[in-house]
Amino acid sequence: MNLNYVTITTLLFFAVRSAAVLLLAGLGGIFSERAGVVNIALEGMITMGAFMAVAVTIVTHQPWLGVLAAMIAGALLAALHGVLSIRFKANQVISGTAINILAAGLSSFLMKSIFDQGGHLLLEKAPGLSDWSIPFIRDLPWLGEILGQHSPGVYLAFILALVTHLVLFHTPLGLRIRAVGEHPHAADTVGINVYRIRYLGVILSGVLAGFAGSVLSIGIGSAFLENMAAGRGFIALAAVIFGKWTPLGTMAACLLFGVSEAVQVSSNLLGIGQYIPSSLMATFPYVITMLALAGFVGRSVGPAASGQPYDVDQR
Amino acid sequence: MPAKQSSNPAGWPQRISTFIKHLPRRTITYIKQVWQANWETNLKVPLTAIAFGLLVGGLFVLSIGKNPLAVYLAILESVFGSPRSFLDVIGQATPLVFTGLSVAFAFRTGMFNIGAEGQYMMGLLAAGIVGIKLHFLPRILLLPACLLAGTLAGGLWGAIPGWLKAKRGVHEVINTIMMNYIALYLTNTLIMSAWLKAPGYQATYEVDPKALIGRFMGTTANWGILIAAAAVAVTYYLLWRTKFGYEIRATGHNPDAAKYAGINVPRRLLSALVISGMLAGLGGAIQTLGVKRRVFQLFGFTGVGLDGVAVALIGRNHPVGVVLAALLYGVLYRSSAMIQLSTGVPRQVIGIMQACIIFFVAADEIIKLIMKHLPQRGKAA
Repeated sequence: MNLNYVTITTLLFFAVRSAAVLLLAGLGGIFSERAGVVNIALEGMITMGAFMAVAVTIVTHQPWLGVLAAMIAGALLAALHGVLSIRFKANQVISGTAINILAAGLSSFLMKSIFDQGGHLLLEKAPGLSDWSIPFIRDLPWLGEILGQHSPGVYLAFILALVTHLVLFHTPLGLRIRAVGEHPHAADTVGINVYRIRYLGVILSGVLAGFAGSVLSIGIGSAFLENMAAGRGFIALAAVIFGKWTPLGTMAACLLFGVSEAVQVSSNLLGIGQYIPSSLMATFPYVITMLALAGFVGRSVGPAASGQPYDVDQR
Repeated sequence: MPAKQSSNPAGWPQRISTFIKHLPRRTITYIKQVWQANWETNLKVPLTAIAFGLLVGGLFVLSIGKNPLAVYLAILESVFGSPRSFLDVIGQATPLVFTGLSVAFAFRTGMFNIGAEGQYMMGLLAAGIVGIKLHFLPRILLLPACLLAGTLAGGLWGAIPGWLKAKRGVHEVINTIMMNYIALYLTNTLIMSAWLKAPGYQATYEVDPKALIGRFMGTTANWGILIAAAAVAVTYYLLWRTKFGYEIRATGHNPDAAKYAGINVPRRLLSALVISGMLAGLGGAIQTLGVKRRVFQLFGFTGVGLDGVAVALIGRNHPVGVVLAALLYGVLYRSSAMIQLSTGVPRQVIGIMQACIIFFVAADEIIKLIMKHLPQRGKAA
């Protein structure tokens, strides 16, 4: 092992960055699941968001428009998931699986038919999101090197985690979202529109997952790659479970998974590469996710009505 | 002499000729009966979903200014263009039968085995390793050993999330997906290691010829279809003709009631995912021995396991339905290359069609809604 000031600092820098992408998608998962809709389509929404961000940025040269497009794309996929699972009471896991297939197919289809590219789409001359450098924080010793300069999405992810916490636990809307996910019939009885709250939760999850995709493609990277999401949508869901469906718990879980991804990315730098081939190290984040869930999940109980379609007539 | 052997001289030849004369009519009657018995429950939703899926795919083709009819023709040509293309559809469908059965079996216990992909990859690899490393065995031992290795490797890959589900209560969806990624990187690590990698190839050495399964006319179709047919029959028998299968289905219907009835639910969950994994692993083994003959480096998921989810869904989680749905996917696989070559439409349009078919199958209320409105419009007009 090669642990010194430089490698640990680099490792933690990568960890914060990776965690942020997971966190954005994870916050989306919280909104959706708290409202009672299981969303395993986060993966597809990240993929679609990543593609739309690059596509719109190439055309307009405005990266923030790219981010907006990614959010809209995520929201549209989420709306589809919502209509299928809320209006038509489809099985939510199946609907989510289909959206993941659709997103993979649609992004490649559009890439081929609009840009005539296969496999990946580079930003080339178009600018990506430029990093934010935060005054005061960047001047701190050591911490400044880890937290001082990042893509805007990284900072926004952690701010949004706090906002989500406030919304969910300290506003009437948050109470409604939680009520709809725990006991939709009771919520309906006191006059909450169950369907509307569920659509809101699902669409918010699409906006956030789409944003996560854009952070991946034009914030941290500068290209869209097929399979870019690489299971991050599912790891984010695992983080939601690990974090007991709370924003702050999910944030902690995302940091853990972020570290595991960072260990994998910087395995050569850390000197692990000479003992374990890097292709095998690639399994590390997934193994950590499984171990975390196995050691913990028995005591983690999700929203009671999550995954169950709500039927007004069935009381 | 042959005439004298028969007790009734006019009997057999006439009976046979009558049988042959009536065969077409009887077959049609039989098909009609099966059709009518299954239309409402099993056929209406999948068939309408397929039609809508093709239609929506056509809209996407239209949106990029190409002719959807050309795409449909390319699909037909890729199936019926020649006997070889027809055989190739069957060859493409064979592994999907296994992954489809795998997902369907787990689904009967109420679980989503999205890990068929990883289990299939482990089957590809394990059969390859045994086929390369145990080359000194005679064929009669080597071929079964390869198949067994693939089956066991898939079973192991199902056992891990199965155990975590049964003992720790971890939801199988996330774990099976994680296992897919682990299988992907693990197989690639082994394929590219000095132990297995053939010089000049991004793949392992070739499997020993004694372990190979014969192909038909050099297409992807191979004698593995016999094993696939056996797997279909065994799955059906296991699910509907044994106590074990009854317990599996009871667990899927209502785990609480099953537990109350004295069924060991955690154990059934575990065994269902193990069998599920074994089916997918066997499919992978046959793909290595019958089609690929080496294990190639993977640049991403093969898709065969992931599409198993769709195949099971469209096939209504029934072994016979799985075969039909696998054939449909065999057609789509084969035609995706053809579409891009002959019409210039990106082959990913097939992926869009697949997703739409699943949407319509999953949300069968959409189909019921449309069906309800269609005849009314007809009456009004």
